[in-house]
Amino acid sequence: MQARIRSARRTDEVMTVVFYAVGGFFLVLILILAGYIIINGLRSYYPGIFGTTSSGIGNQLFNTVYLVFWSLLISVPIGVLAGIYMAEYAKPNKLTKFLRISIESLSSLPSIVVGLFGYLVFILMTGAKWNLMAGALAVSILSLPSITTTTEDAMKSLPKSYKAGSMALGATHWTTIIKVLLPACFPRIITGVILAAGRGFGEAAALLYTAGQSTVINWNNWNLTSKTCPLNPFRPGETLALHIWVMRTEGSLNPNSEKIANFSAAVLVIIVLLFSLAARMITKHIGRKAVGEKA
Amino acid sequence: MESTILNFGTQADAAGHRPAALKREDSMSNVHASKKTKGYYFRKEYLGRGIATGCGLFIVVLTLAIGVFLLVRGTGTFTRFHHSILEFLFSSDWSPVDTATGSGGGVGAAVFIAGSLLTCGLALLMITPFSIGAAIFMTEIAPKSGEKIFRPAVEIFVGIPSVVYGWIGLTVLVPWIKNVFHPKMGGYSVLAASIVLAVMIFPTITTVAADAIRSTPDAFRKAGYGLGSTRWQVIYRIVLPASRSGIMTGIILGLARAFGEALAVAMVIGKTRAFPKNLLSPTNNLTAEIAADMGNTASGGEANMALWTMALLLFLISMLFIFLIHLISGKGILQVEN
Repeated sequence: MQARIRSARRTDEVMTVVFYAVGGFFLVLILILAGYIIINGLRSYYPGIFGTTSSGIGNQLFNTVYLVFWSLLISVPIGVLAGIYMAEYAKPNKLTKFLRISIESLSSLPSIVVGLFGYLVFILMTGAKWNLMAGALAVSILSLPSITTTTEDAMKSLPKSYKAGSMALGATHWTTIIKVLLPACFPRIITGVILAAGRGFGEAAALLYTAGQSTVINWNNWNLTSKTCPLNPFRPGETLALHIWVMRTEGSLNPNSEKIANFSAAVLVIIVLLFSLAARMITKHIGRKAVGEKA
Repeated sequence: MESTILNFGTQADAAGHRPAALKREDSMSNVHASKKTKGYYFRKEYLGRGIATGCGLFIVVLTLAIGVFLLVRGTGTFTRFHHSILEFLFSSDWSPVDTATGSGGGVGAAVFIAGSLLTCGLALLMITPFSIGAAIFMTEIAPKSGEKIFRPAVEIFVGIPSVVYGWIGLTVLVPWIKNVFHPKMGGYSVLAASIVLAVMIFPTITTVAADAIRSTPDAFRKAGYGLGSTRWQVIYRIVLPASRSGIMTGIILGLARAFGEALAVAMVIGKTRAFPKNLLSPTNNLTAEIAADMGNTASGGEANMALWTMALLLFLISMLFIFLIHLISGKGILQVEN
């Protein structure tokens, strides 16, 4: 009996050490990985890397931001409204169940499959060339489910008294949603949108055959219908993430390709980190507010 | 309450005249010089409700459209070019004709399917013990620092874009494998792809497993400790069995992510159309093949159609994963992921 207890204690100690080792290993791994990407990337800096020539990433950086902007412009209204429907209007019937399965399916589709759907519908069927808008649409398909579920969860977690109070004052259901419920879950929705944007910045597989793998921008051309105007969304718009993919095979054509890819990787990781930091701060802020309300 | 208000609105709108009580209210609001009548709010209610419902329906239509388009396009290999499904799945003869109308080549995708299965399976084998270990560490062993330090760190893992993982794999891992093991074909290998995938799915499995472990009722643990168990005994005999279905869900989600990953794998797998002889030989997989050749093949031709069939296969596999998760956990992925 004594021996069994001793051996159980020893096993417990050994396993505790093992768990600390596993935890520590991954903590160190992530620090080294993130540190390596950022430091190695920043060390690859050379003058002109932010430029808009083939040795700079200025155009790609602009395309990335512009594409994410368009994708949010499309997916946020649809996602938020669908979330409102799910939280407030949907009745527990077959259609709602099917909608939930649809959102699930969308959220688990491989991004390359979404990219191929975009390629088929926005490029092949419209007969257009690669364009930034097709990429934005593909990315918005990817971010739609997460924005919808974030909105639904945020609305469902609000205190019942908010809705009851507003309705008791004679407001219609829709007025209650727009004037009371939506503002109350605004921070959580914003957090969800920021996270979706962060994912959009790093997306590449869905853009391979939609946004295209090249970009030509003439920064003096502000004619919106022109193929080289920066703001025309119907021009090929290679993004930063895709640029890394393209650079891997261009070693012979572009002597700086490795440096460009390193630097692009660092820029992407920094952007994503900043976005998740912003989301974290907002979440923390909501937490504090909720605690304050209780007290 | 809600329905009475709505019925009231329909009555008033349909009949065209309003009950006396309402009329008096209307005249009162006229005194306050408000131009917005009750009808305005009811119209807005129906409009808002209609638009929200429309957006919900849009998601259904979009999902169906993706399924239908992939189904129509992906079955072309079997209907238009008369290949058998068995040939596609089990033959390794991949020589489709790459012209708009020509046919007669082989469309065996067995090499790509095997590549996908092998790399994902290996990644899962490699990372699952560590993921569960890390999940236990952040919930049972060091919950405070787990929440404060470990969770944000895992979120960084999630945030790093997959191309960046691929690029690090290409510039660090592949040369390292080459220098250490000296394989004949260079460092591009099944091993490199598996390691990249393993690192990518680590956060998925860890967070889902950690949530499952955390939601085990505390009474279970207290009962265990009350009987004199050590912490490891509580974890191994009580907590892990109790959170089994959650952990399985995490593993399947990780597998789904690995299966759909394209560019990171494509950068390190070596893109060689042959079954791998060992872990250090290069091969190819479904996603990498699609990513590489979809734009280079003549649209609608045999080669192009075979690639679409592979995309359809990916779609079906991701549906299968959803089904499995429902089967295991009894709830949807959305509840699990949040």
